[in-house]
Amino acid sequence: MNLISKELLQAKNEPLNYFNKNSLIIIGIVVLGLFLYPFISPSKFALHLLMMIFMHAVMSQSWNVLAGFSGQISLGHAIFFGIGAYASGYFYTKFQITPWFGIIIGIAISAFIALLIGVPMLRLKGHYFAIATLLIGISFQVIFQRWPEVGASAGLYVPINRDSPWLSMQFHKNKVAYYYITLVFFIITFFLVWLLNRSKLGYRLKAIRDQSEAASSLGIHVSKYKVIAFIISAMIMAPMGSIYAQYVLIIDPNNTFSADISILVLLISVMGGVGNIWGPIIGSSILIPISEFSRIYFGGTGRSIDLIIYGILIILICIFRPSGIVSLIPRSFREREKVK
Amino acid sequence: MSNLLKVENLSRSFGGIHANSDITFDVNEGEILGVIGPNGAGKSTLFDLITGFTKSDKGQVILRDKNITNIRPDLICRLGVGRTFQKLKPFADQTLLENVIVGALVKEKNLKVARDKALEIIDFVDLIEKRHHYAKELSTGQRKRLELARALATDPKLLLMDEVTGGVDQRTIPGLVELVLKLKKNGITVVTIEHNMKIIMDISDRILALNQGKRIAFDTPKNISQNTQVIDAYLGTVDAA
Repeated sequence: MNLISKELLQAKNEPLNYFNKNSLIIIGIVVLGLFLYPFISPSKFALHLLMMIFMHAVMSQSWNVLAGFSGQISLGHAIFFGIGAYASGYFYTKFQITPWFGIIIGIAISAFIALLIGVPMLRLKGHYFAIATLLIGISFQVIFQRWPEVGASAGLYVPINRDSPWLSMQFHKNKVAYYYITLVFFIITFFLVWLLNRSKLGYRLKAIRDQSEAASSLGIHVSKYKVIAFIISAMIMAPMGSIYAQYVLIIDPNNTFSADISILVLLISVMGGVGNIWGPIIGSSILIPISEFSRIYFGGTGRSIDLIIYGILIILICIFRPSGIVSLIPRSFREREKVK
Repeated sequence: MSNLLKVENLSRSFGGIHANSDITFDVNEGEILGVIGPNGAGKSTLFDLITGFTKSDKGQVILRDKNITNIRPDLICRLGVGRTFQKLKPFADQTLLENVIVGALVKEKNLKVARDKALEIIDFVDLIEKRHHYAKELSTGQRKRLELARALATDPKLLLMDEVTGGVDQRTIPGLVELVLKLKKNGITVVTIEHNMKIIMDISDRILALNQGKRIAFDTPKNISQNTQVIDAYLGTVDAA
């Protein structure tokens, strides 16, 4: 090991992380465009649609951190969305605590719940873990449906406040502020997950995902790191629940702890590409407009037309692009590729 | 030479099958110990017992003076025992370099230092040009080297190698054998399971022979090659009647 080859020297001089110049330019332009978008007076619906895309991309990214990085399929991720919604809504309704602080409370409670249920559950593998999360998700919904303190089945009506919009996180004149809040969360989340992907923790989580036995043989405490991934994932999900609560001002167990949310974030990731940080963005950008437009054209819940379209798209993806739509993007543009 | 590893009366049964029964042997520092035996002899189970992947029913494993019996695999790795697997377990969707960095992170806190160490080890196993290839794109022989590099990156005192030449083509075998000998030169103690008798006889200082979960011989290659129990286990006993 003493003789240093020319190739080794060259390899050591390579940067630790590669940044694809073209990708960076495109990302920069898109982000700038998104920040400037409200200045061209878009319709309320356009802002709402983009907000929903950002929110679901973050929620899906949360699921992706657990499933894509550490290989655990969760079917109960709505738990943390619901906790986030109830944390900010409850403390604002009962104690007039600003939802901004409610977001932090929601993150903390979600992390604690993830720790509590993660320690015993993450010893389960594959389907068993997925089934356990599904049942825990339903349990949370049932508990909140029967908990009078948080309004039971009727839920909580967040009191309207027109005097201090930023403090109450209620913007009744237009959706621009909500748009920027979700956009900022969206950008921060993706940046943090991008960092996670390149961190020591990211290397360890991906090792667990690919081969947990081999990871264990390389000094990785598999259960501990799975719990860490679960906690991070929960902490990403919770703020979206809080923001949603302040956006719709009605929180009830059927909407916030719904298994539909858990399945939707999974579908978004699968469609975009599981284990890839761009997957949730792509998936959300396709599925959320389908859902919103089907509501417009078919009314109410969209007569479930969106679910039929989702189903068809997911089947096609699974058959033709099991790695998700992200795999259609040329390799040279994707994050992990080396620029020679 | 002092003992690096001592295995005493190690036993494990699965239902009525005695995968390992009272296995006792030791490994000296700096030696290559070969482990042989027909299929189902309990060789891989022995590795799983030593590295904590399977809990033993009885017996103990002593690394230097520390009892490591039945402790978690990740802790055993951190104590200096590396291993490869018979059925290869690369991190398929990660590059060769990323695979080896995971191993290097056991001892290195800094990612850049871990990366540089991983590169040195990849160079050591002669795969430096393939460092950015995904593990799933590598040949079986290259994936064997990958697993070896990954285990070496953890700075093992003792390396357990499960069939390093198994499933690779004839042209690749000499390179892999040379690599095992290079490990010894670098002061790493090796325990290797091997089916190729010529290779195991050539590279081993001592050989442990197993059959049906029991130790049938533990001796030098020369003596092992003349041991009737070993010959019977491999070739079967001729029935005089």
